[in-house]
Amino acid sequence: MTADNSTDSPAPRPAARLWLAFQRLGSMSVFYALAGRLIPWLGGICAVLFAAGLYGALISAPPDYQQGDSYRIIFVHVPAAWLSMFVYLVMALAGGIGLIWRIKLAEVIARTSAPIGASYTFLALVTGSIWGKPMWGAWWVWDARLTSELVLLFLYLGFMALQSAIEDRRSAARAGAVLALVGVVNLPIIHYSVEWWNTLHQGPTVSKLDAPSIHLSMLIPLLLMALAFKFHFATALLAGARSEILERERRTRWVAALASE
Amino acid sequence: MSVTEFLDMGGYAAFVWPAYGIVAVALLLNLILPLKRHRRLRLELGHRTVRTTKPGS
Repeated sequence: MTADNSTDSPAPRPAARLWLAFQRLGSMSVFYALAGRLIPWLGGICAVLFAAGLYGALISAPPDYQQGDSYRIIFVHVPAAWLSMFVYLVMALAGGIGLIWRIKLAEVIARTSAPIGASYTFLALVTGSIWGKPMWGAWWVWDARLTSELVLLFLYLGFMALQSAIEDRRSAARAGAVLALVGVVNLPIIHYSVEWWNTLHQGPTVSKLDAPSIHLSMLIPLLLMALAFKFHFATALLAGARSEILERERRTRWVAALASE
Repeated sequence: MSVTEFLDMGGYAAFVWPAYGIVAVALLLNLILPLKRHRRLRLELGHRTVRTTKPGS
């Protein structure tokens, strides 16, 4: 049916095989078309959220009583850091689903998530560094929060290196999924690092839901920015997944049919 | 609040604006690069007209 013959499991019974073929063909082409339709909407919502969030972050929120205006970096730093972990979770879960059920679309999601998540991690580290200089007097310290976030970046880069080193996409997906799943252990370490160790990095600001130590005029733009980042991820993920699908399915009939449209 | 005051960021302009700038660049690249890659792929595959948003229409 497709040019894929990399499965090493015994041949399934005819009914199961038909179901698998249907699933494989259906999910990829249906997802491709659906993603194309969703991208402008998600991108539009993302732009609106960024406009509102930036207005709150840079204009309406008052300066911090201790940090002055330098604290405004929080509005990009914290969403990037949250998303760096969220995207990793998406990548690991998608990788795991691809590993267990051999669902190609999950492999596509995992592979496409990696560079986006890596860029959020990079942004969290760089904006944190830029914020750290005026507040701590140092661009970098080997504190637990910073170090574990740096490890997260290396996990992403390792995953991406595996993807480009292994030519067969299905084997690459399997190897990457194992790496991603093992690396999940780093996520609670990042989250609790400010509590487990005596860090220079400040403790949680928002996640203490009973009493967040942040004023509403700052919390609202922060949440708006976080939501904007979420929509950015969704948009970038779908855009990247479409190319990934085209490359994998370039020899299938449905991709050929796209040309004649 | 005047524009110069706003741009000065209470004396932290040299930190706040580069931080926002690098975020803007990275976020835009995350959208532009896949869309360009998709366009290139569609052309490679022999698709004459490429509409990145609505391939089915």
